[in-house]
Amino acid sequence: MTAGATMIDSLWAMAGLHGHGLADVLQLALHFMMLSLLAIGGAMTTAPDMQRYLVQDRGWLDADQFTSSIAIAQVAPGPNILFAALMGWTVAGMAGLVATLGGFLLPSSLTTLAVGRYGRSRADALALRAFTAGMVPLTLGLLLSSGWVLTAPTRHEWSTPLLVVGTVVVMVRTRLSPLWMIALGAIVGALFMR
Amino acid sequence: MPEAPEGGRMGTPPRSPWALYLAFQRLALQGFGGVLPVAHRELVDRLGWLSPQEFVELLALCQVLPGPNIVNLALMFGDRHFGVRGALAAASGLLTAPLLIVLAVATAYRGVADVPVVTGALRGMGAVAAGLVVSTAVKLWGTLERNPIGRPASVVLAISTWVTVGWLRWPMVWVVLGLGSASTAWAWWRMRRAGLDR
Repeated sequence: MTAGATMIDSLWAMAGLHGHGLADVLQLALHFMMLSLLAIGGAMTTAPDMQRYLVQDRGWLDADQFTSSIAIAQVAPGPNILFAALMGWTVAGMAGLVATLGGFLLPSSLTTLAVGRYGRSRADALALRAFTAGMVPLTLGLLLSSGWVLTAPTRHEWSTPLLVVGTVVVMVRTRLSPLWMIALGAIVGALFMR
Repeated sequence: MPEAPEGGRMGTPPRSPWALYLAFQRLALQGFGGVLPVAHRELVDRLGWLSPQEFVELLALCQVLPGPNIVNLALMFGDRHFGVRGALAAASGLLTAPLLIVLAVATAYRGVADVPVVTGALRGMGAVAAGLVVSTAVKLWGTLERNPIGRPASVVLAISTWVTVGWLRWPMVWVVLGLGSASTAWAWWRMRRAGLDR
């Protein structure tokens, strides 16, 4: 092996790749780039496919790590898309973070900028309105899938359905901040889910 | 009386990309469990950069586009005022500080991840996170009344999506392309039949 190759290897190690090679990181980026273009109903609709890819197919995260990435992102302020950054970071450190967050943002951002500059006048064409209307039931199904997939690590616990249903009722019926429910979940979990 | 062009229906533009960066950072840091409501309060009510009508139009466009809605909104708004520089300023304002916070929280968590109470707490929070996502779906259910697709077809489509993606774990790309085009075609046909094509 040449000195140059060794140096590149050690640079990769410094980036905290957790044993993943460049090919893995590229595949990770490509998958998140594809999901970026599928995220019509928001980032959360792609969570089931992220779980399928990261947990089931690749085994790069376990179900607990996956769900806790989303839980942690919801405790912190900011756009919820940061859960993708956290997943990449857990898989392959800084390089993984760039792959998932950058991958998830790049294609959709370029599309948005292009549409913002050149596509404004067609916003109410019939085809576009049909697309908008047509995506709503799919978004609904995808969000339900997300909810289902997120309960994967705790589905066997008696307290899980109570927390899920309780959260839904409180969020739909009241204007309480979601932080209160997350705090309640932390207490219930600390007591009964260890 | 100070009057903006077009009878005061336009917002006053931000002064600089730096102002954009700060404004989006400020709204992102207030957004727990969703930044969009805060975005309306900050951009429309406090700063007056957008009129309520402009905000709704911008958001509607961003919701049709792929990607996170709030990031799209920041990009498009920034681009309108300062081009690519503005888009980058707004989007990075939205993401940088929250990203650092999330990483700090995750690092702190890693240090105590072996403590059973902490693992349990995070699992409970995960269950609540699932409930938060489901509650978004429940709220969306209410909008189906006005959807040209109609309830019966919507229910069939939503359940098919859940079964294929959530239960059978098929790749999302095939489900969205397949069911999405069927759903769009159905909506198109129903809108034409109802004379909604003007």
